[in-house]
Amino acid sequence: MARVIESRKACAVNPLKMSQPLGAAYAFMGLAQCMPLMHGSQGCTSFGLVLLVRHFKEAIPLQTSAMNEVTTILGGLENLESALLNIRKRAAPKLIAICSTGLTETKGDDVDGYLRLIRQRHPELADTELVYVSTPDYIGAFEDGWSKAVSALVRSLAREQVAKVDGRVNLLPGSHLTPADIDELREIIESFGLEVVVAPDMSGSLDGHIPEEWLGTTIGGTALEDLQNLGSAMASIAVGEQMRSAAMELEMRCGVPFEVFDRLTGLLPNDRFLQHLSQLSGRPVPAKYRRSRSQLLDAMLDGHFHFGQVKLAIGAEPDLLWAVGSLLQEMGAQLAVCVTTTQSMLLQQLPCEEVLIGDLEDMERLAAERGCELLLTHSHGRQMAERLGLPLYRIGMPLFDRIGNAHRLSVGYRGTRNLIFDIANLLADQTHQATPESWPLPEASRRAASVSPESHAEVSS
Amino acid sequence: MSATLKQKIAAVFEEPGCEKNQAKSEKDRKKGCSKQLTPGAAAGGCAFDGAKIALQPIVDVVHLVHGPIACEGNSWDNRHSASSGPMIYRTGFTTDINELDVVYGGEKRLFKAIREAIEKYDPPAVFVYQTCVTAMIGDDIEAVCKRATERFGKPVIPVNAPGFAGPKNLGNKLGAEALLDYVIGTQEPETTTPCDINIIGEYNLSGELWQVKPLLDALGIRILSCISGDGRYRDVASSHRARVNMMVCSKSMINVATRMQERYGIPYFEGSFYGISDMSDTLRQMARLLVQQGAGEDLLIRTEKLIRVEEARAWQRIQAYRQRLSGKRVLLITGGVKSWSVVSALQEAGMIVAGTSVKKSTREDKARIKEIMGDDAHMIDDMTPREMYKMLREARADIMLSGGRSQFVALKARMPWLDINQERHYAYAGYEGMVSLVNEIDKAVYNPVWLQVRTPAPWGEDSRFARAARSESERPARDGRAVVQSSDAVSPRMAEEVLGSESERPARDGRAGVQSSDAVSPRMAEEVSVPKSERAQTQAMTLLAGAQL
Repeated sequence: MARVIESRKACAVNPLKMSQPLGAAYAFMGLAQCMPLMHGSQGCTSFGLVLLVRHFKEAIPLQTSAMNEVTTILGGLENLESALLNIRKRAAPKLIAICSTGLTETKGDDVDGYLRLIRQRHPELADTELVYVSTPDYIGAFEDGWSKAVSALVRSLAREQVAKVDGRVNLLPGSHLTPADIDELREIIESFGLEVVVAPDMSGSLDGHIPEEWLGTTIGGTALEDLQNLGSAMASIAVGEQMRSAAMELEMRCGVPFEVFDRLTGLLPNDRFLQHLSQLSGRPVPAKYRRSRSQLLDAMLDGHFHFGQVKLAIGAEPDLLWAVGSLLQEMGAQLAVCVTTTQSMLLQQLPCEEVLIGDLEDMERLAAERGCELLLTHSHGRQMAERLGLPLYRIGMPLFDRIGNAHRLSVGYRGTRNLIFDIANLLADQTHQATPESWPLPEASRRAASVSPESHAEVSS
Repeated sequence: MSATLKQKIAAVFEEPGCEKNQAKSEKDRKKGCSKQLTPGAAAGGCAFDGAKIALQPIVDVVHLVHGPIACEGNSWDNRHSASSGPMIYRTGFTTDINELDVVYGGEKRLFKAIREAIEKYDPPAVFVYQTCVTAMIGDDIEAVCKRATERFGKPVIPVNAPGFAGPKNLGNKLGAEALLDYVIGTQEPETTTPCDINIIGEYNLSGELWQVKPLLDALGIRILSCISGDGRYRDVASSHRARVNMMVCSKSMINVATRMQERYGIPYFEGSFYGISDMSDTLRQMARLLVQQGAGEDLLIRTEKLIRVEEARAWQRIQAYRQRLSGKRVLLITGGVKSWSVVSALQEAGMIVAGTSVKKSTREDKARIKEIMGDDAHMIDDMTPREMYKMLREARADIMLSGGRSQFVALKARMPWLDINQERHYAYAGYEGMVSLVNEIDKAVYNPVWLQVRTPAPWGEDSRFARAARSESERPARDGRAVVQSSDAVSPRMAEEVLGSESERPARDGRAGVQSSDAVSPRMAEEVSVPKSERAQTQAMTLLAGAQL
């Protein structure tokens, strides 16, 4: 339905987009005892680290191969080698997950080849798994980086020949799901008596908890053995279109059939989700969720008054835009402005006229032109909201001026209900009070009602 | 790297104002002053980051980053450098180059981007930042900027500090070089006064400059230009007419001060706004140099009078905290100038510095620490997060002051933490700032939340926690905190014992003062700080007692 337009500007202003390697590194945060490593200059890591720290208010393990000009030109083998050895020595992770950056991709470092060489030279690394994903900064966006990273994990770690375990399901969440979202989905799946392996699992690693000791690596997350045994599941559930490639990879590799849920925000997608789980498990939908569904219906009824014909401007990565945008459209709002970061199969299907791959400057201009009443984007929208005098509902990443981001829930019946309440309440604050001047008569009507002789003549004639 | 950039870096490494640099042999000097980074064990920003930090506080210009999305998209609008007017510096501009640009070169895109930015935002100037990828593919930003300057009739300034050139500190200097080469001395101020100064290396984080400016205003000293906090392009361009330069923040922009001395004969001094005595010294030096440069001699007397009044006012306000904070042990993890300037401030409030990191400090910084702290100076060269965590866990410090990245080391050890780096939200400069800092420390240390979060669940839920603590506590009480953790395994009888022993020992501990703080005198705190293990244990027991009650 929607036209997808790419911005033709040479200068991106107020970027909406974040880079691919950051998305990949973020995916690696959801693995247990892992040290994510960016192969690039130390700044690449430093910026990403600060961003994730500010979003989650958590310590973020992320290392760099600290490339400088000379090592870039000569090739990064030695830097990568000493980075791996140093990490092995200092943090002893089970897994070191590497992503490339714009710098090393421009040079053309053959990291796969490097890793083979390093393996040969250093038997002391034998107890450490190495995973590599190519993620140049100048292609794609955060979501693409995440998607490629998960595919790379499946490709390099999942064993092809593993015995199937009855009742085991893989959950492959997209980058737009929070730790709370993942916890909610796990609970729903487990309520059908199924065993679930989440990959990557942010719910154990970045959910904000106090560990008992200081670890240099990630804490919680998907265990390495679970990644190796992804093939043992009877089915995979992918959430977000971005996860299709990883699910497909797993099916081709290990024969695990999959189902992609392009979103789990909204009534009908969750109906389909529960129906699917019921079929997989052969059990009826638990009473708890029947009740939960009924609560959502009520929330939609109470909420729809606030959303009817409200013009929205949304700036988000494709899967998040799809999830939130579709729900709000179903509640009666109009997606007047949709701005996103990268291409996706879903963009054309969005219930709006056009989707722009652009930045927050575009969003600001269009929101003003089209008279939008509510802005939805990440925290960088705060300046825009101030300038336009419009309310901002924060979605996506980074949310550096809010706390509790790990615990924002927007999937399942319960999460959908929360989201409707939150946004409806924000809109409720914006209600304009009527004044005696709110409904002025047009000039013609006032003239008609005046007592001048001509008007009498007009009426009588 | 282009030949010009290479020369520039070599020039930056040849620093007449830096004794350490001058003491090196010709050969060593060429190697520069930054240590080689260790891959896999490095933290910190790159040269581009440093250049951006140094220049972004110029608030009325467009800061355009030429590179892939990571450089700007992952980092924009993330500092609290404040502006009293224009907000354009908080707008993120980037060429966001794509794969085709990498193949065919990004110069055309850059030129177009400059045009778009000028047409839409009409800034007095555009600063163009080079990054790794565009440097690698050979984009000549100097040439593009030169062409754009001619074409659009506006200064377009190349900032050649690609990330891979080196660390953040080098980037600060390369950013400053861009000012020296293209900005400073290109315009004339409308008026000048005999009391015009430049403040160099002050970034006005959280508005700190405004804690100092009223003092200067009162003395009739005019800030001709602040490089670069709350800076305006025109002011920086005409800053060469100042009488005196003040250099803040250690050596991050020393090249601006030394080159301006060479070129325009402006004398400079190094000063700090952090700490009461440092602030006073700064005012004195400033006045003395201005008088030397021709300002009226009355400035000296007026300065002394102002110092007397303001110091007394600050002391009076800090006095209220001094009693509560005496003997509190602070772990200071920061770099450069703050490793000593904050130390004296903390000592003024009666606190003990349990350790200060000197990783990013110069030799002079270290000498200053020695001077201030004497032989007690616990200089920490390179502390891993694990070690910091252990130190806090074992209650060898009561609060950690550091940058945002290590905050969780303290918080996860359930210890107070205060942000004193770039991303902080509070202003700590001048006499005002020191009162704020002490107030913030007091607020953090005495927050009742610490008692809450250190209370273990009564049902021993944190079992792994308890197990670790138990094995610790089997060894004779070395670690007080371990007792707190293991308390979930403590039986009522044991708790009684603990409470008993506590009641025998009257509250001597400074920390026990969470509840009875007003009873603690500095002398008592001193006494307490000697037997560390005992102190920690007492504290643990007090906490336990609190939990039981």
